[in-house]
Amino acid sequence: MRSSGINARAWCTLANEALRLDGVHSYYGDSHVLQGVSFALEAGKLLALLGRNGAGKTTCISSIVGLVPPREGTIRLFGQRISGLQPENISRMGIGLVPQGRRIFQSLNVRENLLVARQRERTRPDPWTIERVYDMFPRLQERHHQMAGSLSGGEQQMLAIGRALMGNPSVLLMDEPSEGLAPLIVAEVGRTISRLRDEGQTIVLVEQNSKLALDLADSAVILTTGRCVFHGAASQLRADESIIAQNLGVFQGHS
Amino acid sequence: MQFWIIQSLNSLALGGVLFLLASGFSLIFGLMRLANLAHGALFMVGAYIGANLLRKYAFIDLWMAALLSGLMVAAAGGLLERLVLRRLATNPLGQVLVTLGVSFIIADACLMVWGGDPIPVPTPSYLRRPLFVVGFAFPAYRVVVVGIAIATAIGLYLLLERTRLGAMIRAGVDDMDMARAVGIPVSKLFTAVFCLGAGIAGAAGVLAGPILSAYPGLDADMLPLALIVVILGGIGSLVGAFVGSFIIGFIYTFGTALVPDLAYVILFLPMIFIIAYSPQGLFGRMAT
Repeated sequence: MRSSGINARAWCTLANEALRLDGVHSYYGDSHVLQGVSFALEAGKLLALLGRNGAGKTTCISSIVGLVPPREGTIRLFGQRISGLQPENISRMGIGLVPQGRRIFQSLNVRENLLVARQRERTRPDPWTIERVYDMFPRLQERHHQMAGSLSGGEQQMLAIGRALMGNPSVLLMDEPSEGLAPLIVAEVGRTISRLRDEGQTIVLVEQNSKLALDLADSAVILTTGRCVFHGAASQLRADESIIAQNLGVFQGHS
Repeated sequence: MQFWIIQSLNSLALGGVLFLLASGFSLIFGLMRLANLAHGALFMVGAYIGANLLRKYAFIDLWMAALLSGLMVAAAGGLLERLVLRRLATNPLGQVLVTLGVSFIIADACLMVWGGDPIPVPTPSYLRRPLFVVGFAFPAYRVVVVGIAIATAIGLYLLLERTRLGAMIRAGVDDMDMARAVGIPVSKLFTAVFCLGAGIAGAAGVLAGPILSAYPGLDADMLPLALIVVILGGIGSLVGAFVGSFIIGFIYTFGTALVPDLAYVILFLPMIFIIAYSPQGLFGRMAT
């Protein structure tokens, strides 16, 4: 069922294009959530995926990882079609997920959460290991034998990020990593994302907190009721607040 | 006094057999949310295969027969999972009907191939001498069965709690979608777990052979007991299956000895109350 990769490269419009969605339509049951979403992301860049509640951001993420397979349209990772594959195969091709609500494995301890997500090293000079994740989040090392369900929200978020990194993803999807966390922890998550970006990690960042996202992002997509209403440079949104006010509501961007 | 001690030891032996049966059922249900009603039939076909291996080949002893039978039933289980059950992943009613249908087919096939007469499974000669427990003679083989059940429980515990594979299985039980999204090959894991559960059932049929022998209807006798064990212990819980097996072993043994007419009432009444009032069982976690 894996699509043939023979001419996959030929589809690539940019040599360094990491992720491309083309006319993606996805449904939850009968409700048509994504109505033709298209955007692309360059390798090594951070794309902020913004939108109001219910705009389809999480469905978009679920479509990319294969948990809500698109009914129409294609998703490509470095030119290779991933839409239609099973989620475990999409993960193995290089998509990493930090899901909304963290969804760490509650009955596994911290170390096991990282261990089960370890994947064969891809072509990457410095693959992620448990030790590197512990270096990044020393708190996790202190608690490595603790059941993951007993961690604080911030620690669970660190674990969810570390778990995704263990798969050495070429594109990391982060769905609302600051949700429900104290301001101090939000700042730490922000620093972590910024550090990952500086190390060259390609990231798609979904955020309600559009200020946090735009401060970090190179480019941005705004979804409204399942459609892209903006796809461009993040600097454009930073310069022109009216686009944000119009599409995300006036309360955004000042939290 | 003798009655109580002998029946207690019998209860332990039945508990051991039940654990070997229920652990596989519970393992499969825990990961795949699949109530494999063919589990009793896999146990019976295991018993038949073992009995015939022992009858035909003099060089095969009980342990080797159990191993071979377990491997064969594991392979058959793997085929069943890959070819049929996988297509019913989101259809619990379909799973119930299909596994029930498969159990009927297996039962009829056994009857056709091996006939209606019970086939005895001989006890290894060195275990035929009785063991004396506080002065009472007791079949040594039954003690060995309890030992095998305990060893299996420890083995499964170590597999689930101390290996990466076990952690992957638990991750799949915790959050199947998330497990897949971090690249855990859940579908291969399903097949592996199904093979393991089926294989334990197949081997258990042989190991229970010297006590129960292989006969038509063995599947239907054993399946309800396995179901009660996992409901009592908590579906998907290994500890629950272990404790539940011995509780049911005692209830069933003493029930049939003391009030034979009401043995099933004593067995099923608690089950009904557990399902109605405490559905997670003794050690189960509520599904989230």
